[in-house]
Amino acid sequence: MERIPILKMGPFLLVTIQVDLYDRLALGLEQDLVNMVSKTGARGVLIEISAVSIVDSFMGRIIGNIASMSRIMGAETVVVGMQPAVAITLVELGITLQGVHTALDVEKGMDLLLNKTGLDQLQKQEEPDEPAE
Amino acid sequence: MNITAQLIQRLKKTILDNWMGTQLSDQSLRFDLISEEELRKQSEELLNGLARAMASGNADNIYAVEYEPVTEILADISTTRARQGFSPRETVLYVLSLKQAIADILEQQLADQPEQLYREVMALNRLLDSLSIITFETFIKGREEVILRQTDEISEISTPVIRVWEGILALPIIGTLDSGRTQVVMENLLQEIVNTGSTIAILDISGVPTVDSLVAQHLIKTVSATRLMGAECIISGIRAEIAQAIVHLGIDLSSIKTRATLAGALQLAFSMSKLEVRAQDRTTNFGLKR
Repeated sequence: MERIPILKMGPFLLVTIQVDLYDRLALGLEQDLVNMVSKTGARGVLIEISAVSIVDSFMGRIIGNIASMSRIMGAETVVVGMQPAVAITLVELGITLQGVHTALDVEKGMDLLLNKTGLDQLQKQEEPDEPAE
Repeated sequence: MNITAQLIQRLKKTILDNWMGTQLSDQSLRFDLISEEELRKQSEELLNGLARAMASGNADNIYAVEYEPVTEILADISTTRARQGFSPRETVLYVLSLKQAIADILEQQLADQPEQLYREVMALNRLLDSLSIITFETFIKGREEVILRQTDEISEISTPVIRVWEGILALPIIGTLDSGRTQVVMENLLQEIVNTGSTIAILDISGVPTVDSLVAQHLIKTVSATRLMGAECIISGIRAEIAQAIVHLGIDLSSIKTRATLAGALQLAFSMSKLEVRAQDRTTNFGLKR
């Protein structure tokens, strides 16, 4: 079965989705990722989806689930690189990905993760919805 | 072939002259839009087409195959006129004045046969009325095309995305936001965010006349989409009456950053990006000026 690789990078997990997610692949990713978070004790998860051009409510829900599950285990989730068309589709479907942080690209996503987890040695921002910069 | 058709065929030249005479004597003729020569050419073409169609013996059903060239010529004329800016009255009068021209000839030729004249004139009436309906229809269609094109152009140019600072975009919205325009606004904004890598977008709604729940919903949609992309959205230009309307409608914008003016939003954007804008230190200039 096809799998999406999950890379460990310091205290974070890095997932780049290079193919369109079909349902079984997404479910597999959810399972693998949760296992990895629990095994490595990661503090953050960064999911890069710039290659994803097709999205449906199921995938939106999976991303939301991953974020919720990771949070329970003490990891923040950042989704980066969403295409405009995907964002519009998700909004039209009524999915706003509550509890998921978003960033424009991997670099900004990493900054955001560092910031959110307090690992950038700076004080944590008081307002959780303030951007990283 | 009925009598009218024969007459038209035979006296085409006279009818055309009469018709041109009526048209030229009409006060409402627009010489600023069409020249006499062009008008004559147009009229001749139409009359020839009509004569050919009537020669087939059919003088009632304008939807028959023989009339296709006539209706085509007419449609062509009225669409061009709609684009040139003729009024509907002027366009339809053009066809109706042909009726008068032919009726005059019929009256002359059939002066001694009143019954025949009556029948012919009635038939002519029916035929030309149908033709004027076609003219009207195509005229309106032509106008609608013009309006549709303009609507497209307006929605295209009325949503510019401006880069006000490194990493800060501004999007002034002018006019009411409907679903179609929201889509255009969203697409332009998101694409520009990707192109410039901006993290903050300011939606300025000072140009939006009224905000109802639907417009608010569209705004919230746009903000959500921007957030999904990883950028932050500020809504500015919320006037007193709009703030009142929003609260009275029970719309919750508390999760969205809002400011009364574009200046306020820009300031917020600066502080969010940890930028500082200061007035130049006056004390150093003070000595130089005095």
